[in-house]
Amino acid sequence: MPYSPILTRPMREELLAIGFEELRAPEDVDRFMADKQGTALLVVNSVCGCAAGMARPGVRLALQEGPRPERLVTVFAGQDVEATAKARSYFAELPPSSPSMALFKDGELVWFLPRHKIEGRDALDVAAELRSAFAEHCAVPA
Amino acid sequence: MRTFAQHEHKHALHGITVVVETDGPELWIGRCDDIVEAGVMLKDADVHREGDSRPREEWLERARLVGVFPNHRQALVEAARVVSVRRLAEL
Repeated sequence: MPYSPILTRPMREELLAIGFEELRAPEDVDRFMADKQGTALLVVNSVCGCAAGMARPGVRLALQEGPRPERLVTVFAGQDVEATAKARSYFAELPPSSPSMALFKDGELVWFLPRHKIEGRDALDVAAELRSAFAEHCAVPA
Repeated sequence: MRTFAQHEHKHALHGITVVVETDGPELWIGRCDDIVEAGVMLKDADVHREGDSRPREEWLERARLVGVFPNHRQALVEAARVVSVRRLAEL
Protein backbone atom coordinates (compact mmCIF):
# COMPACT_ATOMS: atom_id res chain seq x y z
CA MET A 1 0.00 0.00 0.00
CA PRO A 2 1.43 3.40 -0.93
CA TYR A 3 2.46 5.73 1.85
CA SER A 4 0.51 8.91 2.42
CA PRO A 5 1.37 11.59 -0.15
CA ILE A 6 2.02 13.92 2.75
CA LEU A 7 4.84 11.71 3.94
CA THR A 8 6.39 11.12 0.54
CA ARG A 9 6.18 14.70 -0.65
CA PRO A 10 9.55 15.74 0.83
CA MET A 11 11.17 12.76 -0.88
CA ARG A 12 9.75 13.84 -4.21
CA GLU A 13 10.71 17.45 -3.61
CA GLU A 14 14.29 16.51 -2.84
CA LEU A 15 14.71 15.58 -6.50
CA LEU A 16 12.35 18.19 -7.96
CA ALA A 17 14.40 20.89 -6.23
CA ILE A 18 17.49 19.94 -8.23
CA GLY A 19 15.79 19.93 -11.60
CA PHE A 20 14.16 16.51 -11.94
CA GLU A 21 10.89 16.09 -13.79
CA GLU A 22 8.49 13.58 -12.25
CA LEU A 23 6.96 10.96 -14.50
CA ARG A 24 3.77 10.08 -12.68
CA ALA A 25 1.84 8.25 -15.38
CA PRO A 26 2.80 5.64 -17.98
CA GLU A 27 2.12 8.20 -20.70
CA ASP A 28 4.71 10.51 -19.14
CA VAL A 29 7.26 7.71 -19.30
CA ASP A 30 6.48 6.91 -22.93
CA ARG A 31 6.76 10.57 -23.84
CA PHE A 32 10.13 10.79 -22.12
CA MET A 33 11.44 7.60 -23.72
CA ALA A 34 10.25 8.66 -27.17
CA ASP A 35 12.75 11.51 -27.14
CA LYS A 36 15.93 9.56 -27.66
CA GLN A 37 18.35 12.42 -28.22
CA GLY A 38 21.14 13.06 -25.77
CA THR A 39 21.64 11.82 -22.24
CA ALA A 40 19.08 11.31 -19.51
CA LEU A 41 19.20 10.10 -15.94
CA LEU A 42 16.19 8.22 -14.60
CA VAL A 43 16.07 7.85 -10.83
CA VAL A 44 13.70 5.26 -9.41
CA ASN A 45 12.90 6.96 -6.12
CA SER A 46 11.96 5.01 -3.03
CA VAL A 47 10.64 5.51 0.46
CA CYS A 48 13.16 3.08 1.89
CA GLY A 49 15.63 5.02 3.96
CA CYS A 50 18.07 2.14 4.08
CA ALA A 51 19.15 3.07 0.56
CA ALA A 52 17.12 5.99 -0.77
CA GLY A 53 18.17 8.15 2.15
CA MET A 54 21.64 8.26 0.65
CA ALA A 55 20.65 7.96 -3.00
CA ARG A 56 18.95 11.33 -3.25
CA PRO A 57 21.73 13.36 -1.60
CA GLY A 58 24.20 11.43 -3.75
CA VAL A 59 22.40 12.52 -6.88
CA ARG A 60 22.37 16.11 -5.68
CA LEU A 61 26.10 16.08 -5.03
CA ALA A 62 26.89 14.46 -8.36
CA LEU A 63 25.00 17.12 -10.29
CA GLN A 64 26.75 20.05 -8.66
CA GLU A 65 29.71 20.11 -11.04
CA GLY A 66 31.23 18.41 -14.03
CA PRO A 67 29.56 16.49 -16.82
CA ARG A 68 25.88 15.77 -16.27
CA PRO A 69 22.94 14.32 -18.17
CA GLU A 70 20.89 16.69 -20.26
CA ARG A 71 17.59 15.46 -18.86
CA LEU A 72 16.69 14.40 -15.34
CA VAL A 73 13.55 12.38 -14.65
CA THR A 74 12.23 10.29 -11.82
CA VAL A 75 9.53 7.77 -11.03
CA PHE A 76 8.52 6.84 -7.49
CA ALA A 77 8.44 3.10 -6.79
CA GLY A 78 5.57 1.98 -4.61
CA GLN A 79 3.83 5.31 -5.07
CA ASP A 80 3.40 5.87 -8.79
CA VAL A 81 3.14 2.18 -9.48
CA GLU A 82 2.03 2.23 -13.11
CA ALA A 83 4.62 4.80 -14.14
CA THR A 84 7.34 2.82 -12.40
CA ALA A 85 6.28 -0.39 -14.11
CA LYS A 86 6.28 1.37 -17.45
CA ALA A 87 9.75 2.80 -16.82
CA ARG A 88 11.07 -0.62 -15.86
CA SER A 89 9.62 -2.07 -19.02
CA TYR A 90 12.27 -0.14 -20.93
CA PHE A 91 14.98 -2.15 -19.17
CA ALA A 92 13.02 -5.28 -18.43
CA GLU A 93 16.09 -7.48 -18.70
CA LEU A 94 17.25 -6.01 -15.38
CA PRO A 95 15.69 -7.01 -12.07
CA PRO A 96 13.47 -4.35 -10.53
CA SER A 97 15.06 -2.49 -7.66
CA SER A 98 14.45 0.72 -5.83
CA PRO A 99 16.09 3.02 -5.39
CA SER A 100 18.01 2.58 -8.59
CA MET A 101 19.33 4.78 -11.36
CA ALA A 102 19.50 4.36 -15.11
CA LEU A 103 21.49 6.46 -17.55
CA PHE A 104 20.35 6.60 -21.15
CA LYS A 105 22.28 7.90 -24.13
CA ASP A 106 20.42 8.41 -27.38
CA GLY A 107 17.70 6.14 -26.09
CA GLU A 108 20.02 3.30 -25.09
CA LEU A 109 20.59 2.21 -21.51
CA VAL A 110 24.32 2.71 -20.95
CA TRP A 111 24.65 2.45 -17.18
CA PHE A 112 22.60 1.15 -14.27
CA LEU A 113 23.04 1.41 -10.53
CA PRO A 114 20.90 -1.14 -8.70
CA ARG A 115 19.80 -0.84 -5.12
CA HIS A 116 22.35 -3.23 -3.70
CA LYS A 117 25.15 -0.95 -4.90
CA ILE A 118 23.61 1.97 -3.01
CA GLU A 119 22.79 0.24 0.27
CA GLY A 120 25.09 1.01 3.14
CA ARG A 121 27.03 3.66 1.25
CA ASP A 122 27.10 7.33 2.01
CA ALA A 123 26.07 10.13 -0.31
CA LEU A 124 29.67 10.86 -1.32
CA ASP A 125 30.14 7.28 -2.48
CA VAL A 126 26.92 7.35 -4.47
CA ALA A 127 27.93 10.69 -5.98
CA ALA A 128 31.30 9.25 -6.98
CA GLU A 129 29.59 6.37 -8.78
CA LEU A 130 27.36 8.79 -10.62
CA ARG A 131 30.17 11.18 -11.53
CA SER A 132 32.13 8.31 -12.98
CA ALA A 133 29.18 7.36 -15.18
CA PHE A 134 28.58 10.97 -16.18
CA ALA A 135 32.24 11.40 -17.09
CA GLU A 136 32.04 8.39 -19.36
CA HIS A 137 28.76 9.12 -21.06
CA CYS A 138 27.84 12.81 -20.68
CA ALA A 139 29.28 16.00 -22.07
CA VAL A 140 30.52 18.85 -19.92
CA PRO A 141 27.81 21.56 -19.90
CA ALA A 142 28.65 24.61 -21.97
CA MET B 1 15.98 13.14 3.93
CA ARG B 2 16.08 9.79 5.65
CA THR B 3 13.15 7.48 5.96
CA PHE B 4 10.48 8.15 8.51
CA ALA B 5 10.25 4.46 9.32
CA GLN B 6 12.47 3.39 12.17
CA HIS B 7 14.14 0.00 12.20
CA GLU B 8 16.27 0.07 15.32
CA HIS B 9 14.79 -3.21 16.50
CA LYS B 10 15.95 -5.03 13.37
CA HIS B 11 19.29 -6.64 12.64
CA ALA B 12 22.09 -4.42 11.34
CA LEU B 13 21.69 -6.00 7.89
CA HIS B 14 18.06 -4.93 7.66
CA GLY B 15 17.43 -3.48 4.21
CA ILE B 16 20.69 -4.78 2.81
CA THR B 17 20.79 -7.25 -0.09
CA VAL B 18 22.59 -10.34 1.13
CA VAL B 19 23.84 -13.67 -0.10
CA VAL B 20 22.90 -16.53 2.22
CA GLU B 21 24.95 -19.65 1.75
CA THR B 22 23.45 -22.85 3.15
CA ASP B 23 24.79 -26.28 3.93
CA GLY B 24 22.46 -27.67 1.27
CA PRO B 25 22.04 -27.14 -2.47
CA GLU B 26 20.46 -23.71 -2.06
CA LEU B 27 22.06 -20.29 -2.30
CA TRP B 28 19.74 -17.41 -1.53
CA ILE B 29 19.96 -13.75 -2.47
CA GLY B 30 17.48 -11.23 -1.16
CA ARG B 31 16.94 -8.14 0.90
CA CYS B 32 17.52 -8.96 4.53
CA ASP B 33 14.51 -8.07 6.62
CA ASP B 34 15.88 -9.43 9.85
CA ILE B 35 18.03 -12.14 11.34
CA VAL B 36 16.27 -13.88 14.19
CA GLU B 37 16.54 -17.12 16.10
CA ALA B 38 14.61 -18.97 13.42
CA GLY B 39 16.89 -17.83 10.63
CA VAL B 40 17.44 -15.20 8.00
CA MET B 41 14.29 -13.47 6.85
CA LEU B 42 14.51 -12.29 3.26
CA LYS B 43 12.30 -10.16 1.05
CA ASP B 44 12.25 -10.05 -2.73
CA ALA B 45 14.55 -13.05 -2.89
CA ASP B 46 15.72 -15.55 -5.43
CA VAL B 47 17.36 -18.90 -4.91
CA HIS B 48 19.84 -20.94 -6.87
CA ARG B 49 19.80 -24.70 -6.46
CA GLU B 50 22.52 -27.07 -7.52
CA GLY B 51 21.51 -28.50 -10.85
CA ASP B 52 19.74 -25.35 -12.05
CA SER B 53 20.28 -24.73 -15.74
CA ARG B 54 22.40 -21.65 -15.09
CA PRO B 55 25.65 -22.49 -13.28
CA ARG B 56 25.93 -21.07 -9.78
CA GLU B 57 28.93 -18.85 -10.52
CA GLU B 58 27.20 -17.35 -13.55
CA TRP B 59 24.00 -16.74 -11.55
CA LEU B 60 26.02 -15.14 -8.78
CA GLU B 61 28.00 -12.93 -11.14
CA ARG B 62 24.84 -11.70 -12.82
CA ALA B 63 23.35 -10.97 -9.38
CA ARG B 64 26.47 -9.11 -8.35
CA LEU B 65 26.11 -6.82 -11.35
CA VAL B 66 22.37 -6.15 -11.46
CA GLY B 67 20.64 -7.96 -8.59
CA VAL B 68 18.06 -10.73 -8.76
CA PHE B 69 14.50 -11.06 -9.92
CA PRO B 70 12.31 -11.41 -6.83
CA ASN B 71 10.84 -14.87 -7.31
CA HIS B 72 10.03 -15.11 -3.60
CA ARG B 73 8.26 -12.17 -1.99
CA GLN B 74 9.41 -13.47 1.40
CA ALA B 75 11.57 -16.36 2.53
CA LEU B 76 13.00 -17.71 5.73
CA VAL B 77 16.32 -19.49 5.49
CA GLU B 78 16.42 -21.70 8.55
CA ALA B 79 19.18 -20.87 10.99
CA ALA B 80 20.38 -24.47 11.14
CA ARG B 81 21.07 -24.38 7.40
CA VAL B 82 22.84 -21.04 7.24
CA VAL B 83 26.58 -21.21 6.63
CA SER B 84 27.21 -17.54 5.91
CA VAL B 85 25.47 -14.23 5.29
CA ARG B 86 27.35 -11.69 3.19
CA ARG B 87 26.47 -8.42 1.52
CA LEU B 88 25.96 -8.90 -2.20
CA ALA B 89 27.75 -5.63 -2.86
CA GLU B 90 30.88 -6.96 -1.17
CA LEU B 91 31.26 -10.05 -3.31
